[in-house]
Amino acid sequence: MVIVEVVISLLVLVGSFFLFVGSLGLAKLPDLMRRLHGPTKATTLGIGSMLIASMLYFWAVEGNPSIHELLITLFLFLTAPVTAQMIAKAHILRETRERKALPDTGRSVGWATLDPAEADERSEVTRTISTP
Amino acid sequence: MARLFPQPILSIVIALVWVLLVNDISAGAVALGILLGWGIPKLTSRYWPDKPRIRRPFAVLEYFGIVLKDIAVSNVQVAYWVLFRRGDTLRSQYVTVPLDLTTAEAITALAGTITLTPGTVSADLSADGRSLLVHCLETTDPAATVAQIKERYERRLKEIFE
Repeated sequence: MVIVEVVISLLVLVGSFFLFVGSLGLAKLPDLMRRLHGPTKATTLGIGSMLIASMLYFWAVEGNPSIHELLITLFLFLTAPVTAQMIAKAHILRETRERKALPDTGRSVGWATLDPAEADERSEVTRTISTP
Repeated sequence: MARLFPQPILSIVIALVWVLLVNDISAGAVALGILLGWGIPKLTSRYWPDKPRIRRPFAVLEYFGIVLKDIAVSNVQVAYWVLFRRGDTLRSQYVTVPLDLTTAEAITALAGTITLTPGTVSADLSADGRSLLVHCLETTDPAATVAQIKERYERRLKEIFE
């Protein structure tokens, strides 16, 4: 029992440490693209440890297993990259200086955010099955 | 069967998510989950013209394991940079990752993985969808970063989806 409680406490501490570092990165780093690294990472390991601690606590201490913490992880993993990409795209679109820093696509067309005219038509992404 | 469940994987995921949301495995919750798993793909099938094919289901588990391990290991690295380095000494830069993947689902999974693994954020896709713009927090060798992404994640996703 004591061992389980120690493990739960450690997981909560590790989780809060990484969440703190994520927020610190957001506040401390100098520009938007670098700042974006903080919060997208904090959600993974920080929240992950917290949720494992929560599952362990309800299972071992309270005696009723709880698994819907897994859903929080799933939804975070699905939404965090989308949010980060939308923020990055908005930043690229607004900041002229940022555009100059972009590398070449290595293709005949530009990046989708800056070269959107017929992005869908020019897409070479294959669709597995076409609409009936 | 194919008419009833045009997206079998989506149906299973919806039913599973519902049961997990209720947090209780009772007959009622399972029945409602199956009903939702049938109804939602049916109603939204217009927006889902493609059916993602997963060729090697067990490779998905291996992939999850590798990504989780990378998240744990490299989070420590990023934490060190944030705590002990001045922000403007970090050699951040964009790199272009040329893609071998061609299906939308595989590219989405790769972009998500890149953002979740510390040190890299995927920022944009080229207009033809064949290269990915990735921002690295600290890199001295962009070519090595690209090679690592391609070798570690893209190769495995190609095996899973294509």
